[in-house]
Amino acid sequence: MVGLMRREWQALLRARGAVINPVAFLLLSTTLFVIAAPGTVSSDAAAGILWTLVLLTQLLALDGMYRRDFDSGVLEQTLVNAEVPFVAVLTRIFMQWMSTGFIIVFIGPWLGVLLGLPVAAVPGVALGLGLGTPALSLLGSIGASVTVGFSRGGVILALLVLPLFLPTLIFGAGLVEGAGLGRSVMPEVYALSLISLLALAIAPFATLAGLKISVEMQ
Amino acid sequence: MLSASLQRLWHKLGSPRWFVALTDGWVKALGWISLVLLIWGAVWGLGFAPADYQQGNSFRIMYVHVPAAMLAQSLYIGMGVAGFIGLVWRMKLADVALTACLPLGMVITALALFSGSVWGRPTWGSWWEWDGRTVSTLVLFFLYVGIYALREAIADQDLRARASALVAMVGTVNIPIIKYSVEWWNTLHQPASFGLTQKPAMPSERWLPLLVMVLAFYAFAGFIVLVRMRTEILRREMGARWVREWLQAGGPR
Repeated sequence: MVGLMRREWQALLRARGAVINPVAFLLLSTTLFVIAAPGTVSSDAAAGILWTLVLLTQLLALDGMYRRDFDSGVLEQTLVNAEVPFVAVLTRIFMQWMSTGFIIVFIGPWLGVLLGLPVAAVPGVALGLGLGTPALSLLGSIGASVTVGFSRGGVILALLVLPLFLPTLIFGAGLVEGAGLGRSVMPEVYALSLISLLALAIAPFATLAGLKISVEMQ
Repeated sequence: MLSASLQRLWHKLGSPRWFVALTDGWVKALGWISLVLLIWGAVWGLGFAPADYQQGNSFRIMYVHVPAAMLAQSLYIGMGVAGFIGLVWRMKLADVALTACLPLGMVITALALFSGSVWGRPTWGSWWEWDGRTVSTLVLFFLYVGIYALREAIADQDLRARASALVAMVGTVNIPIIKYSVEWWNTLHQPASFGLTQKPAMPSERWLPLLVMVLAFYAFAGFIVLVRMRTEILRREMGARWVREWLQAGGPR
């Protein structure tokens, strides 16, 4: 497990673009909204806009989640040779979250302020993003595992994964809206935690099954 | 356990050749039953059921909307179960079943969404409201479309079967969300007026046609799914001798 983590960390350091690109996309798309529709951007819309953009950013980052290992053949070897391929998958998903969701937890609330949220809402938004983004990485990895063999898999990945994202989107946006209004967000906290934990229970197994299918597609 | 003949029937149904032979009679029967029930239910519900005191005659869309919505969920559960059987027992006919349920499920979900929208216009005042059930049914529609797109993208038959089975199984988690969304949230969509164990909160002149329509829709779905399954089997086993012999002997009777 430690060896896997170290390998992932080194890969992350070498491919810094994989981390910076999605974050840059999030910043750019937020500014797009602010520039294009300054009148409509307000505390009402901020929650939905922020979470939708986070979703799209995750989608962008998910596309190449397994591609590097798939192309180099490491994926196939891991599935065949590793003692517990499950741990490799879990590590990959964790590092995926570290490179996208984890960073979004810190910059997302400030983008929310950019979109019109009150500054007092920042901790609440960070909590919501922290609880919701693991679900996105986990569920997204299911879609990524099945589409890794496709040459133009991005669109199908979006089609498969966005329906799974929708509950997280609903509760996440609800939490941000609640934080902006100052009301208690405990219902959304519970719901997001539930979704993330359920995703943690299902996604690694589904991902493993999907990867085994994809590897045969080469 | 199950009787020996029942087990034998189950095993026979798993073989493409026996499936086509055994379901000959079922297809005709289901076709006629669904036609009769559809006409009976439609005429009774749309024409003769007493008007609602609040909604007037616009409630009659219920006779299309409720069966369509129930069928949309059932077909997806069917696909999930077929996917599970296909992945675990590697039964080829399970993928045929999944293929058959997919297009019908897409169309029926679209029908449910459309009829619901038409019903909402006079009663809620808007063509669409974002509440728990409408959103999760929309998600169901996107799940169908996603599986369809996935199947189109994979060329190899076995891999296509396994990938779509996996995605269908993962998406099954949406079905309880649809079903219980009207209980969990204080939503605009009315709660179920039609349950398995309790007496409906409607006078019998109004829910009996609904029962007929539900049975009609399910019979129709069974008919369509069987026809599609048989066609798909014949297409896949095109080169086999039994197909030629069967077609020469007269084909579907």
